[in-house]
Order: sequence, then C-alpha cells, then structure tokens
Amino acid sequence: MEMPIPDQAVLARKDRVVARLQSVLPTDAVIHEVSETRAYECDALTAYKCPPMVAVLPSTTQEVSDVLRICHEEGVPVVPRGSGTSLAGGALPTADCVILGVARMNDVLETDYDNRIIRVQTGRTNLSVTGAVEENGFFYAPDPSSQLACAIAGNIAMNSGGAHCLKYGVTTNNLLGVTMVMMDGEVVEIGGAHMDSGGLDLLGLVCGSEGQLGVITEATLRILAKPEGARPVLMGFDDSEVAGACVSDIIKAGVLPVAIEFMDRLCIETCENFAHAGYPMCEALLIVEVEGSEAEIDHQLSLIMEIARRHNPVELRESKSAEESALIWLGRKSAFGAIGQINDYMCLDGTIPVSSLPFVLRRIGEMSKEYGLQVGNVFHAGDGNMHPLILFDANKPGDLELCEAFGAEVLKLCVEAGGCLTGEHGVGIEKRDLMTYQYAPEDLEAQMAVKDVFDPQWLLNPAKVFPLAVSEPRRSVALAAE
Amino acid sequence: MMTPDTEAGLAEMIKSAKGPLAIQGGGTRGIKPEGDVLSVGGLSGITLYEPGALTIVAQAGTPLSEIDAALAAENQRLAFEPMDHRTLLGMVGEPTLGGVIAANVSGPRRIQGGGARDYALGVRYVDGAGTIVKNGGRVMKNVTGYDLVKLMSGSFGTLGVLTEVSLKVLPTPETQGSLMLRGLDDVQAVRAMAAAMGSPFEVSGAAHCASIMDDGPVTVLRVEGFEASVAYRLDRLKELLSPIASEMIIADAVMTDWVWKSVRDAELWKDVPEDIWRVSCKPSDAPVLMASSGAVGWYFDWAGGLIWVRMPEGVDLRAKLGAFDGHATVVRASDRTRRALPVFHPEASGVARITAGLRAKFDPRGILNAGLMAGV
Repeated sequence: MEMPIPDQAVLARKDRVVARLQSVLPTDAVIHEVSETRAYECDALTAYKCPPMVAVLPSTTQEVSDVLRICHEEGVPVVPRGSGTSLAGGALPTADCVILGVARMNDVLETDYDNRIIRVQTGRTNLSVTGAVEENGFFYAPDPSSQLACAIAGNIAMNSGGAHCLKYGVTTNNLLGVTMVMMDGEVVEIGGAHMDSGGLDLLGLVCGSEGQLGVITEATLRILAKPEGARPVLMGFDDSEVAGACVSDIIKAGVLPVAIEFMDRLCIETCENFAHAGYPMCEALLIVEVEGSEAEIDHQLSLIMEIARRHNPVELRESKSAEESALIWLGRKSAFGAIGQINDYMCLDGTIPVSSLPFVLRRIGEMSKEYGLQVGNVFHAGDGNMHPLILFDANKPGDLELCEAFGAEVLKLCVEAGGCLTGEHGVGIEKRDLMTYQYAPEDLEAQMAVKDVFDPQWLLNPAKVFPLAVSEPRRSVALAAE
Repeated sequence: MMTPDTEAGLAEMIKSAKGPLAIQGGGTRGIKPEGDVLSVGGLSGITLYEPGALTIVAQAGTPLSEIDAALAAENQRLAFEPMDHRTLLGMVGEPTLGGVIAANVSGPRRIQGGGARDYALGVRYVDGAGTIVKNGGRVMKNVTGYDLVKLMSGSFGTLGVLTEVSLKVLPTPETQGSLMLRGLDDVQAVRAMAAAMGSPFEVSGAAHCASIMDDGPVTVLRVEGFEASVAYRLDRLKELLSPIASEMIIADAVMTDWVWKSVRDAELWKDVPEDIWRVSCKPSDAPVLMASSGAVGWYFDWAGGLIWVRMPEGVDLRAKLGAFDGHATVVRASDRTRRALPVFHPEASGVARITAGLRAKFDPRGILNAGLMAGV
C-alpha cells in the first residue's frame, strides 16, 4: 500500500517538536524513542506497519488542543488513534507524523438517566460505556464486534455499527454532541443534550470523517433502556441463497428483528469449535434475534419461524436459556478472532441491498474458485452489510497481493449491485484507492472541500480516505506552504 | 419561476443564474428566501422501491403523498413522521420529499426512532456552482467517505439543491394505543415522560399539553406494535406511572391517530394570533425554560426535548431564555417579527465559522437561499 513520502523537513525538526510537546504534556505522555514508538506502528490492519515519529497520550481536551496547536505551527501531520482496532488502517501512522492517542481519556463525565444520555471522554471503550449504565437498566446501542477494546473516539471517526443496528442504528444515530479540537487547537462544541441541530448538521458530518476533520475528545451519547428480554433463534439451511431469500422475506413481513446474522459453513465450523454454541453444521446459518417481554418474543418468533419453515430449513431452534443465548452470540462475535487463530485473513466490509444477497453470495463463491482462495462469510444480513473473510497465507509470497486483488473485485461487485465499499469499518488506507469506483471525481471533490474547511493544511490523517493521486494536489500545496 | 424537469436542466439553470435563487419544493413550510424561484417540483417520481430491503429512492420533487401511498400499499411508512406545516401556516400545495429532507422535518417519533436525517441514506444534489454531486447510496450501512447526506439534511437548500433522495423505511406496526395522564403540571409531566422513556416499553411518542385542552393538562404516551404487545405495554406503563399520576385512561388506535397528528402539526394553534416558535432543548430543562419565557402558551413533545411556544408578537424568545443547551427557531411570525428576528438561532463563533466556510465552498457565489440560516 503506497503511502506519502515522509517529509524530511519535518523529520529534521523532530527534536524541536518533541521538546515543544514535552512542554505541554507530562513526561510519560510523549513517546519518541524508536523502541517505544513501535507500539503504535499499526492498527488491526496488521499487514501494514510504520512507526510514527512521535506518539502522544494527552489526558484532557486542553492537552489535545496544545498538541494540535503545536503540530499545526510545526506543520506536522497528526494521526488520531482510539484503541487501534481499525480493520481499515485508519490509525496507520506515517514516519513523519505524531500519533495522538486518546487512551488516557476514559472518564465518564456525566450520566443523566432522566434525559437518557451519558457524556464520556472518547478514549473510553464502547463496552465500558454500557458498563457504566447497565446497573440502572440502560445500554449504549452500537455494538461493534471489537466492543471490548474499541474506543468511542474510533467509533465516532468510523461511524461504527454492530450486530444490533438493524433496530438501533449506528453511531451517528446515537450521538448527540461532541467536543472537538480543530487542527489549529481551537475547541468547538457541536450539538449537546438536545436532539436536533439548530443549523447545519455538523455532528452528522463529523461522525464518520475518519479523524480527518478534528479530534473529538468528549461525546454525549444516547443511552437506551434495556429490553425486558431478548431471544435468538438459529436457522440452518443447506443453501446460502435460500438463507438470503429467507432474510428478505422476514424483513418484508413486517417483523423487525433487532439482528439478523449470517454465517456460512466455514464460519459455522470455526466458530462452533471456538464457542461450542451448538450451531448446526450446514451451508448457511442465520441467527435472528427479537426483543420484548416473553409473550412478545414468543409472538414475533412464531411469525419468523413460520417464514423460515417455508424455506425448508435443516435446523430451526430457539434458544432455551440466557446461557445458550450468550453462547450463540459469543460464537458470532468471536468469528474474526476464531478464524484468525486458524488462518491469515482479510476482512471485507461491503454493503449491498438485501435483495442482492443471493446473487452476490453466488458470485463470491465463483470468484473464490477463480482466485484459488477460500472465503468465509459472516455478516449482518438484515442490513446487507457483508463481511467476506478471504483466507491467505502471509508467508507465501504473492498471496497477500492476490488476496487484495480478490478483495477489490468483491468490493467492486458490491458497488455494482447497488451497494458500497464499506458499511462500518471505514475507508482508511485499505479501500482508499477503490473510492473512484463508487464516486465520480466531483463527488470526491465535494468531500475534499469539506476537509479544506476544517483542516486547510491537510495535516489531520492526510493519507486516508481519498486516493493519494486525488488528494495529492491539496497535500502538496499544504506542504509547500510550510 | 423556473421549473426544470431534469437534473441536468436544473444544474444548467444554477450554472447560468445571474442572481440569488429561492429554492422551492412544495412551498408549504413558510421558507421565503429572496431571489428568483427555482422549483424542484418538476423532478418527480419514485425511482426505486424495494420493500424487502426497506429502501425507497425518489426524485426530490416527488409529492410526499405519493411516497406515503406507495409505502402504505406495502404496509410500510416513513418512520420519522414528518410534520405537515400546512394547517399551522395556512399554506396550500403539496409537501415534497426534497423539502422534508432539506428542512430535516421530523415528528413525535423522533424521540424513539430518530429524525429525517437518520433515515436519509443517499442524496444527489446540485451545488451552487451547478455541479451534480452524489453521496451515500441506498443501503442502510454506509461509511464510504464523508457523510454529506447528513450535511444536506437540514441545510435548507443553502449548500445545494437536492434532486434525488434515498430513504430507509420501516414496516407499519399492526396497531397503536396511548396512555393519557391527566392533571400533571410541567415538572411532574416531564418526570413521568422520563420514566416512560426510560422503561423497556418502547414508547414512540411522549407529549404534554398544559393548556391546549379545555379540561386541563394532559400527558400522552404512545405505544406501537402487535395488538397484544401494545395492550401489555400500556398496562405496564400505567403500573409504572401510578405513583405519579392518579388519573390515567387508555386511548384506542383511532384516538391515538388524532392526538398525535395534532401534536405533530401543532394544528390546534392554526388560528391563534401569536408568533409560533419551536425550541429544541434538553428534555428536563423544558419546565424551567418555559417558566421564565413570557410565553402565552406551550406544549412539550419529545418528552420535553421539543417545545412548541406561542409568543406575543415580536417578543424575542431567545433573549428571554438566555443561554441554554439547544436552540429556538421561528416557525410562524408576523412580517414585523421576521424583520426584527432571525428565523434560525445564532450559532457560537466556532461553529459559525465552519458553517460559513462550508457555504463558501458549496455555493461560492452565495446564490442558494441567500440570507437563510446562518453562516453568510
């Protein structure tokens, strides 16, 4: 993956930049020894690595502001980092950058059950937001599979989703306000505890901007009352396409489950070995979950199972207990990790219209044979967000490149089917060069014009989202202006 | 009036415009910027509707009634329950899809299911230079590049003219019902609504009217879903709220329909002489804000997060409220009030600078709904 050539002038200023950062941060919050910066050389897209020039770990909004002001004055690129769980290389450093990690900013600032909000520092992990309110019967809805580790900062940057967003929406639907530090150090407040924007929807714009518009240090999040109960049902089919048709029928029928998850045979076997959830061994498995009181759950599941029966399932089984439900979800949420234990893989994130599921699944199967690489499919079927996992051997020369070429073909297929390149992981560096398949030059120009307004010198996470050749004129003007 | 019938034609008109343009959908929402009227009404029709994927795509000038009818035929609906401004504003005409999205028009269900912006999946628009741009798409999860869909939603045509919108739609529940609580004051009502919203019973509307009804204050909570589930949840809510409210009655589906349409459209105020404002705030702040507002009357929607306010003509509600978490918008006012007070709430300097920067980029000549919103 091509990255911009490090700016030698910036590298030459390293000592001065470090000294200035040390003047505004505690000693242990400025990491600049080569042996130590290596800890920040990559995120969860581990195929690409590059230690940053410096990493900083501020503890307050003021410290973030000081860091950004200094980097702005020194013309140093800044790569914001939450917990480093990006699968798209969103937090991949360049050799001339300062990594700004928010991991030390993990306080709960306010919980307000009457208004159903929580205000947190953004280094707090997704799951610990729910952890802070669950004793009182509330939860934070977006639930990416990495929720144990991933930070709210990264969730906002990537507009993260999760398994339950069919009902509850993604991050942008659950975010009410942010404190954001602009690249020049200015602190702005966007939104608050109120529900709609009084002017342009800058909150919606900032959410999902991959750390390119500002560094978000605090966030007001919507919390919801936990449902009385939830119960998943497992459905096994001997054909992926039939499972896809079943998903479409369930949605059309007017029952809206909180989640509809899909796994194919490879994923079923791997996850079953990992979690022992009692998954049936078959070509396609659906986990369909509904919520409510016992009676409501019974009623909804009876409608859903009636639809499933019309598709001749090889297995149709309701969870019998809370323990069984937890196991069923453990298996699903461990899918990436479980497959990672047996093989190197690349995880894709394209989204397609639900109606195209059968066609796209078939094409991926055909392409798997053409490329000679195995694919596992595990994904959020209710909203068409696919996660094909392409298996490859990192030690075999050329295999990564073959895998990437295959992945690119799958994502192009998603766009052709009326979908998009990424549903919840973000563009990062991984899908940067495919952006031209989804967007015309004027579409990308409009997005880059937004960055021009927030970060005129293109110093924040500059090598991401847009193809390098497309963003090059802007980045080089910024460089020349130093 | 210019009424292009193709997106390319619209782009050409903007490109060759010599002065300010007033962008118009159905013209039912009382937005009257200066300039030659550019109507989007000629761009009409549903492009694609996939009930099984919960998505609809339509040209921006498509009448909302056409969208509603198409969805109803498949037992689906626009879940954000857009307000119809016609009764309150005394307007005629047909609300359009583009207008709903451009003004981010949401109704009572915003409290539970989100606003118009939350259901917008993709847009096509023409910017102030006449360039056609697309963003987002027609799938429910999409983080490919920046979310200009949100930016365009609620931008009131100041950044670009919408030509096509794709939306997430939802199944229409089997039935609905409401629990009506009588005799609560504002503070008690907000507490009751907070308790209801904080319950697991999926309340999809929470409003409180202190003074509209002749027979005293009434607080209304709506529940939707399968028949048995609605009955069950209304009972549980009644149980939950019995320590707060002594008099509670359950309203059936027909009554619920009428009540929530009244709440949504503020239609009981169609003939009152005062200025009408809309305040978005932290729900629990609502009673305190109103106590010092000098208002003639008010009611709460969104559990208190949205306040509809009747203000004496020309009185600046914002000055009365002082600084608070939220904003106040003029919805209906005399010409005198409109000359004296901006429709939109002035923004803090940092946000105002960003807004101005975006408008300058998207509409370099400043011709799209010039003077509307902030940032010019």
